[in-house]
Amino acid sequence: MDFLNTHLLSLILFVPTISALVMLFLPSGETKLLRWFAFCASLIPFVLTLVLWSNFDPNKTGFQFQEIYPWYEALHSSLHLGVDGISVSMVLLTTLLTPLAILASFSVTDRVKPYMMLFLFLETGMLGVFMSLDLLVFFVFWEIGLVPMYFLINQWGSANKDYASLKFMIYTMGGSLGLLLGIQMLGVLFGTYDLVTLYERWNSLNAGSILLGMPVHTVKTIAFWAFTIAFAIKVPIWPFHTWLPDAHTEAPTAGSMLLAGVLLKLGAYGFLRLVLPFYPLEAKIFAGALAFLAVAAIVFGAFAAYGQTDFKRLVAYSSINHMGFVVLGIAAAAAAVGTADARIAMNGAVLQMFNHGLSAAGMFFLVGVIYERTHTRNLEEFGGLFPLVPVYGGILIFMSMASLGLPGLNGFVSEFMVVRGAFPVLKIYTAISMIGLLFTGAYILKGIAKVLHGPMNELWAHGEHKLTEINTREILVVVPLMILILVIGIWPMWILEVINKAVVALF
Amino acid sequence: MATETLIWLIPLPPVLAFFLIVLFTNKNKALSHSVAIGAAFLSWLGSMIVFVRAIGVEHLGKQPFASSINWLPTGDTWLKIGVLIDPLSAAVLFFVAWTVLMIFIYSVGYHNYGQPAGDHDQAGLPPHGATAHGHTVPSIEPMYSRFFAFIGLFAFGMYTLVVSDNLLTLFVGWEIMGLCSYLLIGFWYGKPSARNAAVKAFMTTRIGDVFMLLGISFLYYATGTLTYREIFTEETLHVLSSVPSGVFGLSAAGLIAVLLFIGTIGKSAQFPLHVWLPDAMEGPTPVSAMIHAATMVSAGVYAVIRMFPLLSAGWHEGAALTPAMTFVAFIGAFTAIFAATIAVAQNDIKRVLAYSTISQLGFMIAAIGMGAYVAAVFHLITHAFFKALLFLGSGSVIHGMEHGVLHTGNHKVDPQDMFNMGGLRKKMPVTFWTFLIGGFALSGFPLVTAGFWSKDEILADAFTNGHLTIFITLAIAAFMTAFYTMRQITLTFLGEARTKEAEHAQENKWTMTAPLVVLSVFAIGYGWVGIPEHFPLLGGLVPNWFHEFVGGTLAELPPVLAFNWIPLLTSLVVALGGLSLGWFVYKDIKSPAEDKFQIPLLKNKYYFDEAYEYLFIKPLTWFSEVFVSKWMDKGVIDSILHIFGPAAAGIGSTIRNYFDVPVVNQFFGDGSADVTYWIGKNLRPIQTGRIQQYLILSIVVLSVVGGLVYFFLLAA
Repeated sequence: MDFLNTHLLSLILFVPTISALVMLFLPSGETKLLRWFAFCASLIPFVLTLVLWSNFDPNKTGFQFQEIYPWYEALHSSLHLGVDGISVSMVLLTTLLTPLAILASFSVTDRVKPYMMLFLFLETGMLGVFMSLDLLVFFVFWEIGLVPMYFLINQWGSANKDYASLKFMIYTMGGSLGLLLGIQMLGVLFGTYDLVTLYERWNSLNAGSILLGMPVHTVKTIAFWAFTIAFAIKVPIWPFHTWLPDAHTEAPTAGSMLLAGVLLKLGAYGFLRLVLPFYPLEAKIFAGALAFLAVAAIVFGAFAAYGQTDFKRLVAYSSINHMGFVVLGIAAAAAAVGTADARIAMNGAVLQMFNHGLSAAGMFFLVGVIYERTHTRNLEEFGGLFPLVPVYGGILIFMSMASLGLPGLNGFVSEFMVVRGAFPVLKIYTAISMIGLLFTGAYILKGIAKVLHGPMNELWAHGEHKLTEINTREILVVVPLMILILVIGIWPMWILEVINKAVVALF
Repeated sequence: MATETLIWLIPLPPVLAFFLIVLFTNKNKALSHSVAIGAAFLSWLGSMIVFVRAIGVEHLGKQPFASSINWLPTGDTWLKIGVLIDPLSAAVLFFVAWTVLMIFIYSVGYHNYGQPAGDHDQAGLPPHGATAHGHTVPSIEPMYSRFFAFIGLFAFGMYTLVVSDNLLTLFVGWEIMGLCSYLLIGFWYGKPSARNAAVKAFMTTRIGDVFMLLGISFLYYATGTLTYREIFTEETLHVLSSVPSGVFGLSAAGLIAVLLFIGTIGKSAQFPLHVWLPDAMEGPTPVSAMIHAATMVSAGVYAVIRMFPLLSAGWHEGAALTPAMTFVAFIGAFTAIFAATIAVAQNDIKRVLAYSTISQLGFMIAAIGMGAYVAAVFHLITHAFFKALLFLGSGSVIHGMEHGVLHTGNHKVDPQDMFNMGGLRKKMPVTFWTFLIGGFALSGFPLVTAGFWSKDEILADAFTNGHLTIFITLAIAAFMTAFYTMRQITLTFLGEARTKEAEHAQENKWTMTAPLVVLSVFAIGYGWVGIPEHFPLLGGLVPNWFHEFVGGTLAELPPVLAFNWIPLLTSLVVALGGLSLGWFVYKDIKSPAEDKFQIPLLKNKYYFDEAYEYLFIKPLTWFSEVFVSKWMDKGVIDSILHIFGPAAAGIGSTIRNYFDVPVVNQFFGDGSADVTYWIGKNLRPIQTGRIQQYLILSIVVLSVVGGLVYFFLLAA
């Protein structure tokens, strides 16, 4: 038990990688074995995360379960892991969604071994970002996460996969150049990449002093934007968002689940972990600009979603719309740092990250379920499918309502908190964001109306194209998401308490 | 059980029924409706116990039943949620419990429980009838269980809204009802008209909801709480009413109240967001229609009544109305007369009722806008009873007519068109007499009906407090109400049958008629609890319990109005005049062609649907599909991204042609060039298209630019 307690984070982090390496030695032809092995392997981190969650003490400030291993000694960088209330909820989201994504991929028959291995590698990459307390290690994991996703889209994607995967890869990498430079600058200045140390020493820099031949303020401003653009592309914030619909549309279903469910959160997490603590002043100055972009994402994201005829693209744009609320919350927190409004906004933003992870993963999965059966995503080719697939229809409506932010389900709680927190600080922006909220309804209902309602498209009713009902395995994928969505909607306290304590300590 | 615990429990049975039906019992129709009705009964029982205990408490307004818990951590503080039964919510709870229970029972008959399954019936479409013993008989609704699940969820939303002690859970109930109304309007989702009506209802009310959400956020920020009793303290209200909001010269209290009121405009279908309600009649008539029309839309009025202290902050009895109140009163009065004019020209039995609902809600809104708090609540409750009665009655008529249609087999006859009816009083006596009671209550038939007392009180309030414009507007609207109601009764029940189908119409089963009888008792009797003290002869015989009780919700009991003959005479004239005129005009009319009120402008509802289509829906669809998706994202933004490609290619080839080839190759020899060539050759196959190539190269540009920035700006 002692070993478990002292190495919990590294276990969660590396069990997927080790399992992936073990998979190398399994026979490629045994698809059933490979699937179940990958699934069980991904359950281990989940179970460990439950242990982590139950042993996590929200009342303690600072990072818990810290582990430090020497790594790049010469650079003064070490493998420093640790979690606080914000990251522990993201870890939970990641380890929850990965097994579900793997379970959702049981229908993949093409090169199962590399496919499953990539998912396990991806999990390590994502978890590493949330757990790292060392900037260099953070960056390494940040980039590692890209590679498996690139190959998943590039190898298992649909028609336009080359364009989409390359756009995704290049765009994100292009964005992270600035991040790398910013990290280098911090490392050179302080001789360490350790976040905990940096937090303490960074704000002691005098505003008047000269850094690298420039006033501190200028340096910080440049570095702020370097970080911001990197994270903005990842979130993505308007106008850096166009890679997302392409990547989602072409990615395999489970890839989309993790892309929307977790990868997008990395960007928002970057804002919380690096931008706001390191550049509070700059963030405050540029909060208006950030809010502008966030609102643009909310509004244009909603409009663009409404304008789609491809079901998956519609859902992809809905992610832009929803993640806009996360950024709006961050902007509000930046503008009003230290006040109650900021804390409410920040709580809302973090919870929205978690909630969107659940509902977006669910939506992408459901789109995948119907795509697998009909081989089309074109909304015009569906219609009136509800009587054919009543269970699927009910689940789709439930998930859509979660995405729409129906009170009683999780999305409402977080969106309400963001709006409440942002309203006093950014009145006009919040008011404009309501247009986006209104159109969220429009595109969600469009999806339901085109797929389930209306006159039945007879093509799917009989013969070889007969639509089959969602099966047990698929229900098992989506039920945990639905339960969490409902539980958070009714009783958000269990997770908000953890987030709130961390937020209060940080901001 | 402690009353507070009981209040917490009231909303729960229907939602449990919802989950039970959806998850377990949906295959078994009898079990499903038993679960649903059992749940509705439990909630009804709880509500009645709470109501009885509530009226037994002296000064309930000062010491209401209340209990709350922490719900949301917000930094160092908590957002609390809880339940509250004060006089207002007790009175509302009473009618909600009764109407909801009646809907549940009525639905059993309406959806043809006990009939065989249809020959060609399909989920998502109305049942078409089944063949039994050589006859066509009504067939059971294929989605019978689902209907009971939906109305269970609906009941949960309504109860939650009523027992809430704060705006947040009120909003939760509000939106859950919105969802249910969407699901129920679109219940027969296979019909495109039903599908579109469902979307329209959801979207139109959502316009109001987002404003309401802003209002809630503003209020929460300004007061730090959403609990009514903490907001409605003298201190808080005073601060809110004296802080200017900077918008339209409203105070903070005024702006918040207006924002919240816009939510009501959507939910209660007030002008200009009224367009969804008539289309909502696409739902399985009339049960869901009644849900939206008699119960859910009342929620909007309830919310604005609830917020009255905020709306009227800074105002006192007899003073000029605040800008926020004027706005509310104007919207209400305008809607009252506007919808009444449309109702006159409608031929669909349900649509007449739909517009009459909009109009009557306008009465309540106007009342609350001019500060007639008790009158607004009174009319809210009496209206809920008699409008529920009318909707269920119209459903009974349609159901009876459908029977006739099945009998003749002529499916071209619209069983909802009143010109196809006539003479139904003989075929459907229970429906006729109860409908007559409901119709007379709606018209404000003097003395015996509940509608008379509540409408008279609104008119008296308007007159006595000098709001003459409102008084005249509402009086004209009341006249038209009586007129179109009598038109409806005449066309439907009186005279002789105008079609074969009407001749073969049949009275319905007790599950449908019993609720009508129960509701008609309230449509008459509920008026007697609020007879004004100074009313000639009758006043004082029965104490004006309603005024004392509901008025006690406010910090100060509203003063009792002095009696005046003018509004009373006006009430009498408009009610009796409208009814007589309606009978006189329509008693001999046989077809729509003879009807002089079929004016195109009215018939087409002043072309609001068309106007909205061209002003909002089409431009916004264009904006989404073309401007944002095509021009902005795929056009401008992606084009800029794609510039990086050629630009990088340009730099790459420049370096190659002007540096690599002349300098590196010739200077350092071809060895390294061979390596480069080999790498290039092997990389080429992955570059399948131009854009990919550009993007690969774009990273080169970014690194070069990044490097330059680093060396010249940062490291300088």
